[in-house]
Amino acid sequence: MRIFALAGRRLVASIPTLFLILIGVFLLLQFAPGDTVDAMMAQMGGGDAATARDLRRFYGLDLSVMAQLGNYLWRLVRFDLGFSAIYGKPVATVIAERLPATILLMVASLSLAFFFGLILGVVAARGVNRWPDTLISTLGLVFYAMPTFWFGLMAIVVFSIYLQWLPAGGFEDITIGYQGLRRTLDIAQHLVLPTLTLGLFYMAIYLRIMRGSMLEVLNLDFVRTARAKGMDETRVVVHHVLRNALLPMVTLIGLQAGTMLGGSVVVESVFSLPGLGRLAYESVIQRDLNTLLGIVFVSALLVIVVNFIVDLLYARLDPRITTGT
Amino acid sequence: MGFVKLYFRSPPAVIGLILLLLVLGMAASAGWLYPKDPLALAGRPLIWPFTNPRFLLGTDNSGRDIAAQIFHGARISLQIGLVATVISVLIGITIGAFAGYYGGWTDTILMRVTEAFQTLPNFLLLLVLVAVFGSTITTVTLAIGIVSWPASARLTRAEFLSLRNREFVQAGRTLGLRDASLIFREILPNALPPVIVYASVVMAIAILLESALAFLKLSDPNVASWGNLIGIGRDVLRVQWYVSAIPGVAILITVLAVSLVGQGLNDALNPRLKGR
Amino acid sequence: MTPILVLDQVSVKLPKGADRSHAMEEVTLSVAAGEILCVVGESGSGKSMTANAIMRLLPGGVTLDGGRILFEGRDLAGVSEAEMRKVRGAGIAMIFQEPMTALNPLRTIGDQIGEMFEIHTDLAKSAIRARVQALLEEVRIPDPLAAAKAYPHELSGGQRQRAMIAMALALDPKVLIADEPTTALDVTTQAQILELIRDLQRRKGTAVLFITHDFGVVAEIADRVAVMSKGRVVEQGTVEAVLDNPQHAYTQQLIAAVPPLKAPPPRAISDEAILTIDHVSKTYRTGGFLGRGQRVTHAVKDVSLVLPKGGTLGIVGESGSGKSTLARCLVRLIDPESGSIWLSGRDLASLSKEEMRAETRNIQMVFQDPFASLNPRHKAGELVAQGLIVHGTPRAGALKRARDLFSLVGLDPAAIDRFPHEFSGGQRQRIGLARALALEPKVLVADEPVSALDVSVQAQVLKLLADLRARLGLSIVFITHDLRVAAQVCDLVAVMKSGEVVEAGPIADVFGNPQHAYTRALLASIPGRGFGLKEAVLA
Repeated sequence: MRIFALAGRRLVASIPTLFLILIGVFLLLQFAPGDTVDAMMAQMGGGDAATARDLRRFYGLDLSVMAQLGNYLWRLVRFDLGFSAIYGKPVATVIAERLPATILLMVASLSLAFFFGLILGVVAARGVNRWPDTLISTLGLVFYAMPTFWFGLMAIVVFSIYLQWLPAGGFEDITIGYQGLRRTLDIAQHLVLPTLTLGLFYMAIYLRIMRGSMLEVLNLDFVRTARAKGMDETRVVVHHVLRNALLPMVTLIGLQAGTMLGGSVVVESVFSLPGLGRLAYESVIQRDLNTLLGIVFVSALLVIVVNFIVDLLYARLDPRITTGT
Repeated sequence: MGFVKLYFRSPPAVIGLILLLLVLGMAASAGWLYPKDPLALAGRPLIWPFTNPRFLLGTDNSGRDIAAQIFHGARISLQIGLVATVISVLIGITIGAFAGYYGGWTDTILMRVTEAFQTLPNFLLLLVLVAVFGSTITTVTLAIGIVSWPASARLTRAEFLSLRNREFVQAGRTLGLRDASLIFREILPNALPPVIVYASVVMAIAILLESALAFLKLSDPNVASWGNLIGIGRDVLRVQWYVSAIPGVAILITVLAVSLVGQGLNDALNPRLKGR
Repeated sequence: MTPILVLDQVSVKLPKGADRSHAMEEVTLSVAAGEILCVVGESGSGKSMTANAIMRLLPGGVTLDGGRILFEGRDLAGVSEAEMRKVRGAGIAMIFQEPMTALNPLRTIGDQIGEMFEIHTDLAKSAIRARVQALLEEVRIPDPLAAAKAYPHELSGGQRQRAMIAMALALDPKVLIADEPTTALDVTTQAQILELIRDLQRRKGTAVLFITHDFGVVAEIADRVAVMSKGRVVEQGTVEAVLDNPQHAYTQQLIAAVPPLKAPPPRAISDEAILTIDHVSKTYRTGGFLGRGQRVTHAVKDVSLVLPKGGTLGIVGESGSGKSTLARCLVRLIDPESGSIWLSGRDLASLSKEEMRAETRNIQMVFQDPFASLNPRHKAGELVAQGLIVHGTPRAGALKRARDLFSLVGLDPAAIDRFPHEFSGGQRQRIGLARALALEPKVLVADEPVSALDVSVQAQVLKLLADLRARLGLSIVFITHDLRVAAQVCDLVAVMKSGEVVEAGPIADVFGNPQHAYTRALLASIPGRGFGLKEAVLA
């Protein structure tokens, strides 16, 4: 499969990027005031200098920065992310516990943003400068200009406090302990507001891009050819414009995957979701640098995976990619 | 048609400009209307808006005047937004210009770095930077500038790539112009308009990023930031939701104004693309 | 013969703020079955708008403003949009100038041709596929089976245009509108496509409305001609009447501007060489990873040529022949891989970047596109003075010199304070010429300097160039794809194909008695070969 070969090549090419990120952040964290041992000592309620020295030796923190970096990368190659002193567990375990919530949130928000961004963008472009367009474009601008966390808070006020339709936070109702389908529904219910909060912002971006690229493609020569064939407008849009207009939007999803993951930090904090973003926030507050570095690694990996999927999708959409121009 | 006339032909652009002037007016008059420290205790906590003429927009959990915080917050938001945007766009233009003009290895290396910045979620990097360098207003502004340059770099690079083989640049080269004058006098002025328009997007995002940091209590706690106030209001969200709601509206209006002005500039610069 | 398509006093209104109020004014035309009507005119004459008006596919803001468009007796100006859709494709079909952009890049050729049947007929999928195959065979596309499955970017320009023709003729339309269908093609491909259109039209009895700017093409293909200028038809009649005995002054002027293919009597050229191109090569490597699967393109392959002092050396060839790459090697916009370029005793190819910067004052270039070759943000005088300033002339002196140069190239010296967009295409090309001449170079490299210009403007610029050459004793390397232009300007000519020079020599010898098969094919492909020769004899 040429598509896989091409996307695979991009995947391999992102390995140096991954190392660049890790080395950069690792070195950056050396400037942080206090290290993990300081954080542990604070956790334990203080301790003497000898204990601190022993702990530093135990964690390899007494070595030179370069040696530490080397050690870290070497452990990473073996998928060992180190130990979180704060949580008292391996970093990999801590992250694995938090990953599902974030992935669910990302997938749900991305689907919402993509689907509605696409539809609204097409509707707006077809009625350009008439009222549906004005309405959609205005709505898009407002969603874009709204801080996501504020939208989340206001949604809690309306839907959880006043209307009491949806839960205000959390991933699931642990007090009841649902199983099976019931549990799935419960989680889904908890994710409605977070998904709207994160998704609507990106929907606003996608609809603007989609509207713009629709208008651009509608002006291209082959659309005139299609009309000259005697096609009606709906058919022109469905058969000739849509796929071409999707290309910029698909590219944008890949470019913004990182930004979206960053957005989940805030949204997870608003809705107290036990996800990766909230873990990142907690690690910063608690100075759990090992975990923070682990999160950087996993997030970058997630973004690379999203880009891999986007590459596959793009190659499916555009034959020029696989057959070369 | 003149640029100004084209700009004022579009109603959204005019609305954006009015809103922006409003926010600028708030920022300019903050010191005069509310000369006292906006973070000092002013009265009874949690007074609802429009109930007490002394506190038109009410007070927050600890009895600080919300209106004063909104007016002073306009200063902070605009200041952080503007400075971070200048930093980000300057980095972006420099990197994009060199990568696009020289191509080859220069391009490969610079684009790898850009890619790294785009692969790492920008808010996560922002958290790391703030964790390492602390959260004073200076470090926060710098950090926002540093995490948001990749898009302008890509844009500048794309412009340079398409312009560097244009005939007028080749003509400059055959006349014996040096690289520096080709980059700065021939290509850059032609590459700049889309980047300037994009700066409005960077500024909107910078304002949103700062408010999010402040909301998480990771921005400078010693300045009146809208995001701070939203974070404070969260504790009393169940009843006194207005403490969070009011600063949110202020952010919304500011970001909207910046975006509308940016779009208006874009339409006025490319009149043929009007309506896109 | 009864006409199938009649335009009766058709006017088309432009939106407010356009440079004129109407794109077409009271245009009256007709075309009958089995007839080819050429609508000819320069850019902005409204000839393409005529096609759009017939199909009722006018751009936004542009509207029909009176007149009748009668197709088989029915007025298309009045029918509903749904009725109009039935006419498009089935009754009147269209082919366009640029087949690359006129085809959807994301769908296969077969799919896009088959769509014609899907829209207008109830044929089953398998029947459609068979019809598509038959059509592709009919337009003589190589390997029709593979072509149906190919995407547009996988075909050559000529093949794509064949596919467009197959699509247009799918439902045997009564009228075919061809909007500059060969303008984007190389001359040999153009000859094949013209022959194909002519052949299919004869066999099917289609009425063809052929829009073109090229009188050669008119001479080649038309039965009747309509000449348009500024939205009006100024003259129409049979091809013989209009070409041999034009009545309207505008037509006369247009026809006189077409350069005849016959070279004027040779000029005396010095024996002294000013520029010697010695075994120059340039290859491009694309794709591949660490040398695997690399494609190597020989853009310029072992080219050796000599430009005598005061002479003009033409380099002709089709797109991809390497002529432009060679031109760019001469001024070191591209670094040649091997070989030498001797200019008054110095090898330009071996100079460092810094040394070459100093040497630029001896060799200058004129570019093709009058709109892209001037920086829109500098004033015209600034552009002309730029080179002088770089090479050490003080600013005031350089600007004064720019004024002199403006009058030299026939522009108003007061115009140096204007920006490029305030000039017309021909004037911009004069600015480009002034810029190149400012440094008083020993050699001028002109890369397709008149290709983007309308024929009447082209004639003026060529005249200016000949004039300057005589006055300043310029030595010129003249790159062109247009053999008519080459015949008028050059003393010597080199024919390039796939990076190599296949034939070179004095222009009268090469064009009069071509030795290489490719040169002969090239000359045979020029549309309307005989056209223009009578004038040359008269002159």
